[in-house]
This record gives sequence, structure tokens and C-alpha cells, in this order.
Amino acid sequence: MKLDSKIPDGPLSEKWDRHRFELGLVNPANKKKFEIIVVGTGLAGASASATLAELGYEVKTFCIQDTPRRAHSIAAQGGINAAKNYQNDGDSIWRLFYDTIKGGDFRSREANVYRLAQVSNGIIDQCVAQGVPFAREFGGQLANRSFGGAQVSRTFYARGQTGQQLLLGAYGALSRQIAAKKIRLFTRRDMLDLVVIDGKARGIIVRNLVSGKLEKHSADALVLATGGYGNSFYLSTNAMASNVSAAFASYKKGALFANPCLTQIHPTCIPVKGTYQSKLTLMSESLRNDGRVWVPKIPEDKRLPAQIPESERDYYLEEKYPGFGNLVPRDVASRNAKHQCDIGKGVGDTQLAVYLDFKDAIKRDGHDAITRKYGNLFEMYEKIMAQDPYETPMMIYPAVHYTMGGLWVDYNLMSTIPGLFVLGEANFSDHGSNRLGASALMQGLADGYFIIPYTIGSYLAEASHDKVDEDHKEFNTSYNEVEARIEKLISIKGKRTVDNFHRELGNILWEYCGMSRNNNGLKKAKKLIKDLRAEYWENVLVGGSEYDFNQSLERAWRVADFLQFGELMVTDALERQESCGGHFNENYQTDENEALRDDKLFCHVSAWEYRGNSRKPKLHKEPLKFENVELTQRSYK
Amino acid sequence: MKQASGEKCINLKLKVWRQKAEESNGRLESFKAENISKDMSFLEMLDVVNEEIILSGKDPIALDHDCREGICGSCGAMVNGRAHGPEKGTTLCQLHMRHFSNGDTVVIEPWRSRAFKVVKDLVVDRSAFDKIIQAGGYISVNTGGAPDGNAIPVPQEVAEKAMDAAECIGCGACAAACPNASAMLFTGAKISQFALLPQGHPEAKKRALAMVGEMDKQGFGNCTNEKECEAECPKGISIINIARMNREFLKSSILS
Repeated sequence: MKLDSKIPDGPLSEKWDRHRFELGLVNPANKKKFEIIVVGTGLAGASASATLAELGYEVKTFCIQDTPRRAHSIAAQGGINAAKNYQNDGDSIWRLFYDTIKGGDFRSREANVYRLAQVSNGIIDQCVAQGVPFAREFGGQLANRSFGGAQVSRTFYARGQTGQQLLLGAYGALSRQIAAKKIRLFTRRDMLDLVVIDGKARGIIVRNLVSGKLEKHSADALVLATGGYGNSFYLSTNAMASNVSAAFASYKKGALFANPCLTQIHPTCIPVKGTYQSKLTLMSESLRNDGRVWVPKIPEDKRLPAQIPESERDYYLEEKYPGFGNLVPRDVASRNAKHQCDIGKGVGDTQLAVYLDFKDAIKRDGHDAITRKYGNLFEMYEKIMAQDPYETPMMIYPAVHYTMGGLWVDYNLMSTIPGLFVLGEANFSDHGSNRLGASALMQGLADGYFIIPYTIGSYLAEASHDKVDEDHKEFNTSYNEVEARIEKLISIKGKRTVDNFHRELGNILWEYCGMSRNNNGLKKAKKLIKDLRAEYWENVLVGGSEYDFNQSLERAWRVADFLQFGELMVTDALERQESCGGHFNENYQTDENEALRDDKLFCHVSAWEYRGNSRKPKLHKEPLKFENVELTQRSYK
Repeated sequence: MKQASGEKCINLKLKVWRQKAEESNGRLESFKAENISKDMSFLEMLDVVNEEIILSGKDPIALDHDCREGICGSCGAMVNGRAHGPEKGTTLCQLHMRHFSNGDTVVIEPWRSRAFKVVKDLVVDRSAFDKIIQAGGYISVNTGGAPDGNAIPVPQEVAEKAMDAAECIGCGACAAACPNASAMLFTGAKISQFALLPQGHPEAKKRALAMVGEMDKQGFGNCTNEKECEAECPKGISIINIARMNREFLKSSILS
């Protein structure tokens, strides 16, 4: 298999325009003859569904929640980037492109990232037209804030609920098309398999989560917008139902999985409190605009924060990175927090936390100004921690947040299976080895509103697609396999619950494939995961029955996939013998403990091909060519 | 993972509504929730109970939940007769066990409203809310061709008010708390957001009529100014939005 990224020729800034011209078109009258399945209703899935339906395609949209409005994009807090340069502070499409490529530690495609920066401005315009209530200045103009990894102010926001407002905008557009009968919506459906016929993606098998019945759905093309795999770690900032199963099923059917070891650990989350904990809560990176990160200068200092005088506080980010200060990229901030805790300077009961202090900002701007910017975040913190962040500094610690890896896609966002397109966090394409803050919302909406509508049309225009029947033997084979796997899970009736296994998998991944990794640990993790998976299929206990609303069974299916996927993550991490962004192999670091890339050997995308449960997947490399930016050691000093 | 030191635990008696499916009869079933850390969220407490139910070979309690940070609107139940429990401005996932005392009996029931049918146990069907949005809870713009974001200035106080309304998470607590099972806070919030913003004006008339009509059609009751919705709304959405909806509706009715 040869990976063809299909990056258009020509100068960087002209590639997308040229490509759009070269893409095939579907005659408006013919669009209604094509059915498209969209799985997932987060920013990418909802925006794609709505836009494709507006163009005239027949769209079938699936989500696991009871309504499309609850997809986890809703939880994104801080903002969305765009190169508007409204602040007149030197921003441009080129700067947004450069910051994103550099923030990703030079492990993404120039052409994709440039396109992302190009379409970013249209996203803001579109969302404003939809009635998204972005924050405004007194004169009525759109307001901006700063985010990590950038020295310009280009982040648009709606209080601390930007994801919610953007998602509700897309959900409104989706609802309008449902009302117009251009979209058929299927809620509480879990995609369990992909159906490939004659080498093309032609359908899915879903489980109706209320009745427990399996359903077959066919289409001329499919769009996966099913999010990332952060929940492999058990504890993450993902929603409880976020999973890798749809992507993993596609991987098993021939879609390559790219860079699975690239995970983002977000620096500002509420610390873990106990073993019962079910998820971690993020405190938006935007807080680092005004909050100052510090730890006591002396290790094992048990005094309360208020008792530690200014001179005995270590504002380690400001000290070490005077250029960016508290606004260094996420991977850098996370590793530094871990380092402070490793040397005994962590705070709180568990000593796995650092302070994020707003005292100076409140003194400077006043209580009200801080409330206006971060009120809901402060409230959320107080609810969880029972401490008032206006009075005492927040305690934060890094947590798994986002996954840069995902299904491999070409410039058209098509996977290695023709007809299977992958958008948003589910693909790997734009963030390299570290995503900058406020860029996920940008990418999800760029893919859904402004890229897929063009590229999927070209696919449909160019290929010939016989209609397929849902009684086709491939549908039946898939259906039977899914049914057998469910029956197997139910019938094991072992002694350990699904969550119990999941927690153990999470601990293994966090310990050996988390913020920093080394070869011995990764090898150990590989064996531990293999053993755990073997035990799972002997000893898992799934409550309830098959044809019922059964949340234990839903989780059992997902954890079975996480167990297999976890091994792929570790395999990929072992293969990448360098450090880059979120992948920090302790053997490869600079004298100042920063990630040390190896551009000679690892300036590529690692894309894995599934070859059966017992064989090692095959590695394919897509070389990354940098013609417009110079590969440098990232510096945020 | 180290356990926080000095942790205080409580024991509770739960009475949970169990109902196999929409058409089945339901009943309250008792469970013990023991050694519950006060730092747990309400849903984490239910996780612990469910793990024990599964280990005893029984069917775990079904409940909707997802983000567990108070924004997706999935979770929600009546806890001792209060939507989302005793704390103000809180979803169930953000309600912590420190607000309960050792030995408490906690009654947990699904949302009660004619328009929300029980799916199973604490899970209800809230698709009636989606239908209300589909009737007009959007601005009719296709993707592409939008003018520059700064082309229409929106005064800051207007944007803030629109945002106050837009914060609704669609959880259904307003309808569940209302003695009339009215969805006017939910509907009023969306109508308000677009009535306030200039972008929403071209369709304002049509929107108010269509959304209110759909709300009635879905079987939600009327507002009799009980203000239970505002009191129980986890996002503190004000009933000013109902007043604004009524104004919009009246304007539209007279003008059409």
C-alpha cells in the first residue's frame, strides 16, 4: 500500500484554491440521488451534516446521545482561533499557520495546516451569522483573548462555554435540515462496524441503545466524526461515552491508523482525588491568561498557600520561559508541572498539583472583570473542590485531554478506504504532535463546514456507485460478527466488572505511555495490556442482557476495543524513537529537558495497517515535507 | 493514585425508581450506598452502587450521563423531589456528596412530565425539546457567504443578555420542576437569544409562533408563574426569558 496524501502542487497559499477548482462537482439536481452517512454530531459531524444537507445530499446522521446537542464538543471552554487580526497585533493567516505547525512540533502537513488557517476566518463569520453570542467589546466588535503557543490575541470566545455555543449553532443548522427532511436523525445509536463492499465504504452496523437491536444502514459515502481516543486512559477530560470503537472498527476493515501514540495531556485540570473518580475536569487554558502558575520553592512545603510569602514562591513557567510565560504550549506546561511534582514541590493532599493563582489579576482588574471572563469556570471549580478560587489559588494538574493521532486521511480527508471520510479529532491531520489551545474547535468546524462539502462531492462525482442492498452478504457477515461478539461478552459472566478492567488499563497507559515514556516502560506496558486483554475475555462481568437498554454492555464493547487499541498506542510509541510534542521519550531530550526531535529518521506520519488480532500491524510511513518553514527546535523562551 | 487523606465517608439509603421500559409499571427499589466519600459526585456515588449491583448479578440502574462537568445536559433526576437535587444552580453530575449527611434516605426518580416518557429507570425521552428547536430555534443561514463577523456590531450588554439565555443546556429540569410541566423556560431562552441579537430579527415573527406552537403540540403545559423552573435551572436562566417570549409571541400574533 502506498500512502498518497494527494497534496496539490503549487505555492502553499494557492493549493486549496487550485484544488477546489480541480475537484469534481455533482450537478445540483443529482445531489439528492446520493446518500451520505455521518456518524457523530460534535462540531465536525453536525456542521458536516447540516452543510451536506444544505447542498442537497440525502443525509443520515447518527449519534450515541439522546440528542445531537450533547456531543462532547459542547464541553470545550476557552475559544476558537481565527486569523482575523481584529486586534491589529500582527496576526495573519501565515502566522496562524506557522504557530500551529510549530506548536505541533513539526509533525503535521504544511498544506493541511495552511488550509486550516485560511478557512478559519470564514468559520467566525458563519458562526456569527448563526447567532452564536460571542463576547463583544463595548463598541459592539468581537472580543479576543490570548491562548497558549501564540503571542497574538486571536481567540474568539463565548464566556467559558465556547464549545457549547458553537455546537448549538451547528445543532441549529442540523435541526433546520431535519425539519426540511434533508437529514434523517438516528439518536442513541452506537456504530459497531463498518461495511466495505468492493473495496469501498458502503455502510455501518449500529446498535440501537434503547432496544439493543442491531441495524444495517447503507450509503454512497460515509463520514466519521466520532472524536478521539482519550478515554483509553480511563481518566480523561472526555465524556463518559467517548470511545475509539467506530474508528477502531474502521481500522480493522482496512483504514490505517496514524500516530496513535500522540496524546495531549492538558496542563490545567482539577487534580485526581480518589480511586472512585470517574472523570477529570478541565479548567480552560484561557485561565493562564490571567492566572499565574507557581509551587513553593522548598520541596515538601506543607504550609497553606496564603502562608507562603512571595519570595518563597517559584513561578517556574515565567522564570523558565520569559517570552511566553504562563502561555507556553500545553505539552510544555504539562511536563513542567509533572517535573515540579516529581521533585517534591507538588501541593495539596496528594502532592500531585500546582497552584494557578488569580490574586494579582483580581487586584489589577477587579473581581467583576475576572467574573465576566471566567465566572463559570470559577464556579465549577468551587463545586468540585469546595474551595473559592477568588480567595485561594486553584490547584491544577495535567490530564489526558485530546488525541492528535487518528485515522489517516489524505488532503481530501478520505481514509485509505475509498468513500470513508474522517473529520475532527477522529482524524490525525492538523495538529502534529501537540495541538494548540482553541484549535480543536477551529479544525472540527473547518472540516465540517468548509472542506468535506467540496471533497466528498468530488468523490461522488468521480466514482461510479451502484446502489447496495442492506441484504448484501457483506452487511450480513458484519451483522453476524457483531452479534457474536456481543453474545460472547454477555456470556463470559466472569468476576471483574468492565470499569474495573478499564481502570487498570488506564493506570498502565498513564504510567508508561503518559506524559513521559521510556522504552523499558513501554515494553512492560505492552505485555501488561496483552495479559489484561486476555483476562478480559475470560473474566469480564457484564450486567444486564443483550436486547435491552444496557449501559454495562455499551461500556464492555468499548473497553474491549480500548484494550486492543492501547497496545497499538504503545507499539507506535516504541516505534517513534524521538521526542516530539506530546510524545516525550525520556531517552530523547535536550539539556533543558525539552523534547528532542529526530528529523532525519522520524519526520514522518506513522500509519498502521491492521493484519489480524495476533499479528503485529504493519507500519507505513508518510514522509513530511517542509518547503515553507524551517524545522527548528521549538523555543518559547 | 493516592487516596486523599482525612477523607470522610457517609452511608446512605437509596430509593430508586426502577422501570423496565416505557410501557412497564415502575416501583421504588431500595439500595444501600455505603462508604461514600463526601468528595464524590452524585453520579460517582451511583457508579459505586451500580458496580455492586452488577457484581450481584442484577441489572444496573440506567441513567443518562456523559460529560460529567455540567454542560452536556444529559444527566438529571428528581432527588428528594428536587430537580438535580438540593443545591442551587447545579446539575446532578456537579452535585457532591458533601451536601448529604450520614444516614440520609435519598429518593431518586426520573423527570416527571407528560412530554418526557420514561425509557428505562431514570432515563427519559427528551426528544420533544429537539422538536421545539426544529420548529425554528435557529437562524436560517446556509454555510458560506456570511458577511464579516464585525459587519454587524452587537452592543456588549445585548451580547451578554443573549449569552445569558443561550447558556441553556437542554437538560429538562425546568419542565420537570414545573407543576404544569411547562417548557416555557427552555423555549423562551432560545427565542430570547435570537430576539436580542440583530441576526435573529428577520425571522423573529415566524420563530416565536412556530416554536410556541410546537411546544404546545408536544404536550407541555402552560406557565402560571410558579418560578420553579428558574429556581431549579442549573444554569440560572431567568424567567425574564419567558416574559420576552410572551412579548415576541404577542407581537407576532397581532402582526400576522
